[in-house]
Amino acid sequence: MADMTTDIVIDVEKLTKRFGSFTAVDAISFQVHRGEIFGFLGANGAGKTTAMKMLIGISTPTSGRAMVAGYDVLKESERIKENIGYMSQKFSLYEDLSVRENIQFYGGIYGLRKSELAEKSEALIQKLGLQSEANVLVKSLPLGWRQKLSFSIAVLHEPKIVFLDEPTGGVDPITRRQFWDMIYDAAHRGITVFVTTHYMDEAEYCNRVSIMVDGRIDALDSPGALKAQFDAESMNDVFQALARKATRSAD
Amino acid sequence: MDLLFTFIAKEFKHILRDGKTLLILFGMPIVQIVLFGFALTNEVKDSRIAVLDLSNDVSTQQITQRLDASAYFDVTQHIHSYDEISHVFKEGKIKMVVVFAQNFREELLHTNHNSIQLVADASDPNVASTVTNYASSIISDYVSELNSGQSLPYLIKPEIRMLYNPQQKGAYNFVPGVIAMVLMLVCVLMTSVAVVREKETGTMEILLVSPMRPIVIIISKAIPYLVLGMTIVGVILVLSTTLLDVPIRGSLGLLLGESVLFILTSLAIGLVISNITETQQTAMLASMMGMMLPTILLSGFMFPIENLPVPMQVISNALPARWFFVIVKGVMIKGLGLAGVMRETLILIGMALFFLMVGIARFKERL
Repeated sequence: MADMTTDIVIDVEKLTKRFGSFTAVDAISFQVHRGEIFGFLGANGAGKTTAMKMLIGISTPTSGRAMVAGYDVLKESERIKENIGYMSQKFSLYEDLSVRENIQFYGGIYGLRKSELAEKSEALIQKLGLQSEANVLVKSLPLGWRQKLSFSIAVLHEPKIVFLDEPTGGVDPITRRQFWDMIYDAAHRGITVFVTTHYMDEAEYCNRVSIMVDGRIDALDSPGALKAQFDAESMNDVFQALARKATRSAD
Repeated sequence: MDLLFTFIAKEFKHILRDGKTLLILFGMPIVQIVLFGFALTNEVKDSRIAVLDLSNDVSTQQITQRLDASAYFDVTQHIHSYDEISHVFKEGKIKMVVVFAQNFREELLHTNHNSIQLVADASDPNVASTVTNYASSIISDYVSELNSGQSLPYLIKPEIRMLYNPQQKGAYNFVPGVIAMVLMLVCVLMTSVAVVREKETGTMEILLVSPMRPIVIIISKAIPYLVLGMTIVGVILVLSTTLLDVPIRGSLGLLLGESVLFILTSLAIGLVISNITETQQTAMLASMMGMMLPTILLSGFMFPIENLPVPMQVISNALPARWFFVIVKGVMIKGLGLAGVMRETLILIGMALFFLMVGIARFKERL
C-alpha cells in the first residue's frame, strides 16, 4: 500500500455489476477510512447487497475497480477474505451447535490458533454474559442474543473491516441500541465498519452515509451535512427525498 | 490440517445431533435386510405342493420324495385326476402341482427322455416362477444322479440350470440392492440436503467469505458422509452374512474399495444437486425423483434390466447404481476379482470424475 492511501481501507472506483441488460450496480465510486462507521443505505433492490458482495469477494464486478484492505477484489479476493469479517442478514450461526462451539468453529476457520481461540472464546462468553448459556444450542437462544453473538464472532479475529448486511432486522430498539454500542466499541479498536441498514435512526449513528438509488450513489456525506444539504429534519426525510426519485421498483 | 479437522468435527456434530435422521439411516437398512431377507423375499419356503402321479413308479416316487425332502416344498396332497388341479388351486393353499404322465419310468428308460409338467398358481407370478424354478432344479439334480455311469443320458424336461444361485435365493439379489439404495440415500440425499441447509441458513455465505478454500469445504462435507456410508455398508454386510447366509465369495477389500468408489460418485452427484437447488425441499425432491426412484426401479435391483423397455434400458446406463449393483453381485456372489468387474469399475470412476468436476466448477461460480 502506498503511503497516501494508508488511511483509506476501501477504495471503489466506477464499480459496476450487470446481469444481462440489467445494471444492478452502476459505476459507483467512494472511499472509506480506517475506523470509520460507514452506512450504506438504499431501498430494497437499489443494489446494496450486490455491491457488498463484490467488495467481500464473492461476486465478480463487470467493470470498475475496488481495493479492500489494500487488495484488489478482482485479483486478490483470497487475501481480502483474510482481512475482513462478515455478518449477513441471517445471522448465520449453526443452530445445532452450542454457543461455544459456534465461536470456536468460526474462530477456527478464520485461522485463530487453538490456545488463542480457547482464551478468546472464554473472554467473549464473559463479555456477552453468556456463561450459563455457553453450552446451550444456539437454536434456544433469543434473537437479540444470537445477533450480538453473530457480530462478536464476525470481529473475533480482529479484521481490518467488518461488513454488516442489515444486521438489526427484526430486533427490538433496546437490543438495537446495545448492538450499536458494540459497533462503536469495534470502531474504537480500529475496525472499520461497513453497514447496510433500513433504519434511518441507525443512519444517524454512522460517521458517513451513502444512499443508493437505482444502482447509483446519489448522496454521500455525514448525516449532519446531508440533512443540511436536503434541508431536512432527519435522515428519514433525506432518504425519502432521494428514494422517491427511484424508477426501479423494490425487488 | 487443523482447519480440516475442525470442519469435519463440526459436520459430525450436525449428523450426530440429528438423532431422528440417524435412526432412520441405520434403522432403514436393518429393517430392509430383515424384511427383504425373511418377509418380502421371493424365496418361498415350505411351499405346499400337490402331486398328480399317473404312473406311480420308482422314478416318480423318488422325485416326489426329493421335492418333499427339500426345504422349499411340502408335498401335502396327492391327487388322482387332471380335474382336481383347478380344484386344489382354488383352495389356495397349494402353490404348484407336479404332474407325472402315465408310464413315466418306462418311457424314460426306453426313449431316454420325458417331461414333467409343473403347474403353478400364476396369480402371484413371482412365487410361481420361483417355485417352478426350484422344482426344475431339484429335478435336474435327480436326473444328473440317474445319469452317472450311463452311456446314453436320460433327459427330463424342464431342465433349467442357473449358475451361482441355483435356487435363486432372494437375498443374493436384495443385499447388493439394499447396499446401493442406502448409499444412494445417505450420500446423494443427505449430502445435498446438508449443503443446501447451509445455503438456506446463510452459513454457507459466511464460509465462502471466510479464508477457507471451497475445495476444503467440499472435502470436509464429504468425509463424514463417506464414514457414515462405510459404517452402514459394514452393518449390512454383517447382517446379511450372519442372518441371511449371503456369502462374500470375492475379496472383502475389493468390495469395500468399490463401495468407497460408489460413495464418492454419489457424493459428487449430491454436490451437483446441492448446486442447482436452493431449498432443502427441492434438494430432497431432486434426490428422490432424480436418483432414488430410478435407482430402485431401473438399476436391475427390482426388475431385471433385460426386461425393461429399450428406452429405460438406455436410461439405466446412466445410473451409477446399475454398475455398482453388478459389481457387488459379481464380487460377493460370483467371487470375481477386480479383472472381472473392470468395465463397471472404470465406468464408475468415469462417472465420479465427471460429477466431481461439474460439482466443483459450479460450486465456485455459483455466487
